[in-house]
Amino acid sequence: MESIRTLLELMPGYRDLPEFLQETLPSFCASLVIFAFIGILVMFLVWMERKVSAHMQDRLGPMYTGGWHGWAQLIADSVKLLTKEDIVPTAADRLLFKTAPFIVFVGAFAAFVVLPFGASSIVSDLNIGILYAVAITSLSVVGIIMAGWASNNKWALYGGMRGAAQIISYEIPAAMSIMVVVMQVSSLSMQDIVNAQKGGILHWHVFRNPFSFVAFFVYFICSLAEVNRTPFDIPEAESELVAGYHTEYSGMRFAFFYMSEYTNMFVVSAIATTLFLGGWTSVFPESLLPKWAPPGPVHFVLKAIILIFVQMWLRWSLPRLRVDQLMYMCWKVMIPLSFALILGVGFLIIY
Amino acid sequence: MEFKYDGEVMTLNMGPQHPSTHGVLRLELKTDGEMVADAIPHIGYLHRCFEKHAENVEYPGVIPFTDRMDYLASMNNELGYCLAVEKLMSIQVNNRVRCIRIIMAELNRIASHLVAAGTYGNDIGSVTPFLHCFRDREKILDFFEETCGARLLYNYNWIGGLMYDLPVGLEDRIIDFLNYFEPLVDDLNHLFSYNHIFVKRTANVGILPADVAIDYGVTGPNLRGSGVKFDVRRDEPYLGYEEFDFDVCVGRGQFGPVGSCFERYIVRIYEVKESCKIVRQAIAKLTPGDVKESIPKRVKPPVGEVYMRTECPRGELGYYIVSDGGIKPYRVKVKSPCFTVMGAFREMSRGTMIADIISIIGSVDIVLGEVDR
Repeated sequence: MESIRTLLELMPGYRDLPEFLQETLPSFCASLVIFAFIGILVMFLVWMERKVSAHMQDRLGPMYTGGWHGWAQLIADSVKLLTKEDIVPTAADRLLFKTAPFIVFVGAFAAFVVLPFGASSIVSDLNIGILYAVAITSLSVVGIIMAGWASNNKWALYGGMRGAAQIISYEIPAAMSIMVVVMQVSSLSMQDIVNAQKGGILHWHVFRNPFSFVAFFVYFICSLAEVNRTPFDIPEAESELVAGYHTEYSGMRFAFFYMSEYTNMFVVSAIATTLFLGGWTSVFPESLLPKWAPPGPVHFVLKAIILIFVQMWLRWSLPRLRVDQLMYMCWKVMIPLSFALILGVGFLIIY
Repeated sequence: MEFKYDGEVMTLNMGPQHPSTHGVLRLELKTDGEMVADAIPHIGYLHRCFEKHAENVEYPGVIPFTDRMDYLASMNNELGYCLAVEKLMSIQVNNRVRCIRIIMAELNRIASHLVAAGTYGNDIGSVTPFLHCFRDREKILDFFEETCGARLLYNYNWIGGLMYDLPVGLEDRIIDFLNYFEPLVDDLNHLFSYNHIFVKRTANVGILPADVAIDYGVTGPNLRGSGVKFDVRRDEPYLGYEEFDFDVCVGRGQFGPVGSCFERYIVRIYEVKESCKIVRQAIAKLTPGDVKESIPKRVKPPVGEVYMRTECPRGELGYYIVSDGGIKPYRVKVKSPCFTVMGAFREMSRGTMIADIISIIGSVDIVLGEVDR
């Protein structure tokens, strides 16, 4: 953010602009950068998902488009999705139907504001960073319910309701496991949390003490449920609910749902990286690092992508839970466990 | 699970174009939230007048129609029809024909059960087993293609014989395939069948007790899943099945009551292994001979009627043929295993959840082409 402002100040005539433009232009540029990053990231992740699933299933996946292992397949796919007809069902609630995909996407997009890609690569290091991230990512529930309701389709309605119930339930244990880290750092700022883990792999929260070790897995499982990935993909369970809340969507709007799914995957993995896996710090202590060591953002994105790979791995090997089993898992296993973790870590801090 | 209405009941129409109704089955669900009070199957979307067609073509001309009933197990379908007409005409076939018929029928049973297991994985939400199963099924279809030129609808069994003899060296390739395939069944079990989530989803769901199953006339793996040890191959042998050594697999109640979706599924996995055993024995029994030796020049059975039942992958498939002495059958009636199991569907699905409905449909392994004919 600061670097974007400095760059803009080099632009001739920037100082002569009205004051509100001087204030908003850097934020606007930052959001453009993030948007471009999300676009490329989603394309890469979808390609990766197709490749991972293909190799797990004895296939090759996309191989032709673009030459090398079908790298351009997703560009072709996006062009296809963007040029498709945008169908709105006659009986749908047009306004809600049209806005829902964007609200879902905004939830994922806005979380990027506080993601600490590097020591200075963060849009805004809010002092309530992690709270903001937890709050803004749950905005997508609103979009999901809107989509499910507005489609005027019973399957979509089921998907929307399931999605709402699931995401709201799993937010509780996820937030509790985040608390385990926050209590140890005693700060909500993302950069403070990363700085507390400097000094190599043994200083990462996940390996600090048994409580945060378990908290990492609790958070990871809950984040799977929050982004509707297998084994918790019941809101969009293909074989049960056709396609869940986005049954009636096509073209561009469908692409937005798709994009927000993968963006959300990255966001939850990035939050897990920040909280438990040392964020942008390296695996080795800084004193051991050579001069040519890659910068922080590389570490950060790589760690997040490794977590995303685990999500894909689970998706392509596990069946789906039933909705009552999912709720049982949340209310009777995850929530008591996360409470116990908070208690445990509290004792650890006091004594 | 005891079901009580405590809210508004919503009628939900599942199918005929639903991704996991295995074709064009339509279910009318009475739902209250996630709970299903009643599920009424509506069939007939794939009705192609097989039985009426059969009255208007000559006896050999019916065989291609039988292929199209249960398109995942065409070899077994046409086998049943050919056996029925042979019984009517009192034709005896030689040993080679019998063995090749058994090899083909059992390979087709493996292929069909692989589709059942794979699509069941898809229904439960795990896509990988589906593709692993289809990978191996392709190899079986390759054998069929080599033998008769077709991969799905074979028209290979003829009345009194076979269309062609086996290609040179196919026996060895089948043995190679079995050696490769049998360990993969355990792989599938590791990946999918004994997966904790899968067991949770299917054991204790859609229970069909043995007596109810018998009342509804359920046959095949669905009946054996309920713990009834009945198999037409063993209890009313045809083609010399009595000389073969194989087990009739029944549900063992590993993870819950017998008759649940899991038992129906796992019986098919057991049967795949038994079929491998039978194919090996049949290849060992192969003797030289002419497969067209006893094909009649003109199929004109005497006046009379016949009922012949065979064990298809989906259960007992019976053909009731009435002959008036002409070259066309007077009446062909098919007793279809998938049709009878649809009758018991309501019994299984009452008071379950929407996700369970999917897992019940998948576990009874219906082919709508055979339900509607």
